[in-house]
Amino acid sequence: MARAVTTQRKIINTTFAWMVGLLIFFPIMWTILTSFKTEATAIADPPVWFFFDWTLDNYRVVQERSDYSRFLWNSIIIAGGSTFMGLLIAIPAAWSMAFVPSKRTKDILLWMLSTKMLPAVGVLYPIYLIFIRFGLLDTRIGLTVVLMFINLPIMVWMLYTYFKEIPGEILEAARMDGAGLREEILYVLTPMALPGIASTVLLNVILAWNEAFWTLNLTAAKAAPLTAFIASYSSPEGLFYAKLSAASTMAIAPILILGWFSQKQLVRGLTFGAVK
Amino acid sequence: MATKASRAAARLMLAPAVILLLGWMLVPLTMTVIFSFKRYLPMRGGDLGWVGFENYVRFVSSSAFWPAVQSTLMIVGGVLLITVVLGVLLAILLDQPMWGQGIVRILVIAPFFVMPTVSALVWKNMFMDPVNGLFAHLWRFFGATPVSWLSEASMPSIILIVSWQWLPFATLILLTAIQSLDSEQLEAAEMDGAPPLSRFIYITLPHLARAITIVVLIQTIFLLAIFAEIFVTTQGAFGTRTLTYLIFQRVLESQNVGLGSAGGVYAIILANILALFLMRIVGKNLDR
Amino acid sequence: MSFRTSLGIASALAIAAASAGHAQELSGTVTIATVNNGDMIRMQGLTADFNAQYPDITLEWVTLEENVLRQRVTQDIATRGGQFDVMTIGTYEVPIWGENGWLVSLNDLPDEWDADDLLPAIRDGLTVDGELYAAPFYGESSMVMYRTDLMEAAGLDMPEAPTWDFIREAAAAMTDGDVYGICLRGKAGWGENMAFLTAMANSFGARWFDDDWNAQFDSEEWANTLNFYMDMMGEYGPPGAANNGFNENLSLFQQGRCGMWIDATVAASFVTNPNDSTVADQVGFALAPDNGLGKRGNWLWAWSLAVPAGSQQTDAAKAFIAWATSKEYTALVAENEGWANVPPGTRTSLYENPEYLEAASFAEMTLRSINSADPIQPTVDSVPYTGVQFVAIPEFAGFATEVGQEFANALAGQQSVEAALERAQALTTDAMESAGY
Repeated sequence: MARAVTTQRKIINTTFAWMVGLLIFFPIMWTILTSFKTEATAIADPPVWFFFDWTLDNYRVVQERSDYSRFLWNSIIIAGGSTFMGLLIAIPAAWSMAFVPSKRTKDILLWMLSTKMLPAVGVLYPIYLIFIRFGLLDTRIGLTVVLMFINLPIMVWMLYTYFKEIPGEILEAARMDGAGLREEILYVLTPMALPGIASTVLLNVILAWNEAFWTLNLTAAKAAPLTAFIASYSSPEGLFYAKLSAASTMAIAPILILGWFSQKQLVRGLTFGAVK
Repeated sequence: MATKASRAAARLMLAPAVILLLGWMLVPLTMTVIFSFKRYLPMRGGDLGWVGFENYVRFVSSSAFWPAVQSTLMIVGGVLLITVVLGVLLAILLDQPMWGQGIVRILVIAPFFVMPTVSALVWKNMFMDPVNGLFAHLWRFFGATPVSWLSEASMPSIILIVSWQWLPFATLILLTAIQSLDSEQLEAAEMDGAPPLSRFIYITLPHLARAITIVVLIQTIFLLAIFAEIFVTTQGAFGTRTLTYLIFQRVLESQNVGLGSAGGVYAIILANILALFLMRIVGKNLDR
Repeated sequence: MSFRTSLGIASALAIAAASAGHAQELSGTVTIATVNNGDMIRMQGLTADFNAQYPDITLEWVTLEENVLRQRVTQDIATRGGQFDVMTIGTYEVPIWGENGWLVSLNDLPDEWDADDLLPAIRDGLTVDGELYAAPFYGESSMVMYRTDLMEAAGLDMPEAPTWDFIREAAAAMTDGDVYGICLRGKAGWGENMAFLTAMANSFGARWFDDDWNAQFDSEEWANTLNFYMDMMGEYGPPGAANNGFNENLSLFQQGRCGMWIDATVAASFVTNPNDSTVADQVGFALAPDNGLGKRGNWLWAWSLAVPAGSQQTDAAKAFIAWATSKEYTALVAENEGWANVPPGTRTSLYENPEYLEAASFAEMTLRSINSADPIQPTVDSVPYTGVQFVAIPEFAGFATEVGQEFANALAGQQSVEAALERAQALTTDAMESAGY
């Protein structure tokens, strides 16, 4: 940072930024705190902050009622699988548009994005009927495919913007050395594009993990992911804040942790190459 | 630069994505369009024959239609406004030198990782509940009567919940954009005695224009499809019934697939008008 | 041992095994869609007992919040998705789905299951043309639950069969600071506020439709119903009542925030359970109020288990249903959780069981409420439909929810009662037209 900054100003910045940061984070923190309280403490007025009898009881109750690991596993498979399948299709497409652009490239890109605007509720019936016909209801593969389609436009878009940043001269050089198309992609392009691909993967895992319409409507028992897990805690049964908090924490923890560890990639991933 | 062969190869590589997306779009869309011209009531035997444009007329002439369009636009507009304005301010704040910048950034982006269902549930119960919610505790602490947020201030409440989820996204993109701003330019302006506000208006804001466009485009796509937040909180009551939710009511609650499909076609048209409009702007920006 | 004797022993063993039950023969995976209500969660916890009898049947539970559940099972049955082998549905769905041929008849459940023991009102509600299409898991009507201590402090005496005017008077007397005199459903939904309001309207002489299926929200009876409800809730109800459904009110009542609560009879065991309720030993019960017109404002409902026609596991599913709705299951719950917590409202034998009557102070009032509900003739004036708190036609869930939203809007003070009724009338008429009436 070139500008000289007084310590005083830095203190003010720090204080203010931390206040805002904690304010935004507060609902999540409160949920996590509440998940360790008893139901009675959870609704206490005035609210109890840190000094209460911490208990894991809510987690035990939630686990007993619904087998968390099964939902978690489905979430991992579906989010991971749809991202992987999407990559297989999106990388070649983005590559071709980035390096062999045609007049229609931009139209195609924008058209792809526009398919995301199809309101899910409007096509629920058709999709449901198609799923029945092909026996895909409540299967992981069916859900994986649907989520892949939903996120494919975003994937192509992100990868496209990354690939465009790779200088064309390098490819020329590789070609001079006699590299074929396959080698070009495998040995030259892919390593350079890896950071971009990583960001794309991350964002898509998050989007697929949190998708709550199709995952709920197309599954029953076998393929149900964490969004369905949370749907059985979403109405009060007597006092339920602590249990709801425990279930919520369980549902969001994996992705929260993943997101935190990879926030650098994510920050880059979210820019869509449009901001440099 | 590209040879004929590589051009052919490129087309081949593009083909799967295009064909698959085309199929994904066209097959259900065609079925929806077909249903929309039919009297299709699963509870009364299913397909009961063609009815022409009756569903279309009925859907628009229903008293719920225009309020739904209005709510949709209000939610999308409100959330966009809040996230962009606060996003810019937050991005500027986070760009300042400070201690623990990394941690603050983590705190700020965290809501983006939370499932919409979970965030709606947490806000609805633990914050906005008029008896046991934290806001109610706070209000009572100051001697005020607790507000029942989701019925008395339903629209602001939903906009608040959704904005909380999307603010991190806007902040991140805008932060990246701000970090790429040439600091010498700002310093020069500072030397010339330009006050902070005009530095912001004449240097920072124009620089952010492109990033803001991206935020608006991507968020609009997701905001038009908002469902879980409304399903969990108000279920479309208190003037929060969006077009998406209205279609949901027609298709699933009333089990009137024909009518709901007609609504779906309207929603697609509305989305595409918005998309066209947005893409004009973005397209221009992307050309740079 | 000779060859002959060993053969004899072997065949004797075979016969013994066969008669020990075809239990062991049944196998497969049964997927059960159910609501996240306390009784169902308890059932899920007792699965081990079922598996002791049927070791080869695997139970897969899909436990969902009520709204999500309804949406899922309706979608699935209407498209013959076949995702579930057992569905938890109510007295609204059973007649409609049964008539469409979407459910498997349960007339062939074993004799020990004892269909004749079912309460007649409940059994009738689940039967179409002589075929029983669902087995009741628990049944309910609605009644007044009130705080005896607060009633006493107010110097009032709750009659067994109160009138609406008395309820209002009592609500006024009991409201004090943190305690709201009356808690009623306000949350929009055909199974939430509309269940209550439809039943209440019956006692005010109102009805959904006249004999020619014309919507009746422009009638004076509906205006009276709604005005009475709004006034009482506005003055003596909890804040944010327009978001309160059954569960929210239960929670309020258990915390001692409600003087009176008119709702499902099943709530009685929750509000008198000292583990969950802070007011467990101060709760009294009375019949739902009336206005002297011959109908009380109580409904009739049974959460029931049914097998969809597309199921591949019909026999295993029936075995499960027979277990979950049997007298033995009731005894099992009693053994584990005490008699007061058994699923109520389905069997005559339960209400003749002295242990139950001893443990459940609310038993008698529950039975009287259930028996006094009349789904066949629910209203003062004649109507073309059946169902107390609903109209048993497929379109009802859709338009009633929308009407419920208009009423919730009015309760939240966002529109007047007149405007709400006007819009209810318009949208019901519209929905009926598009359904082809």
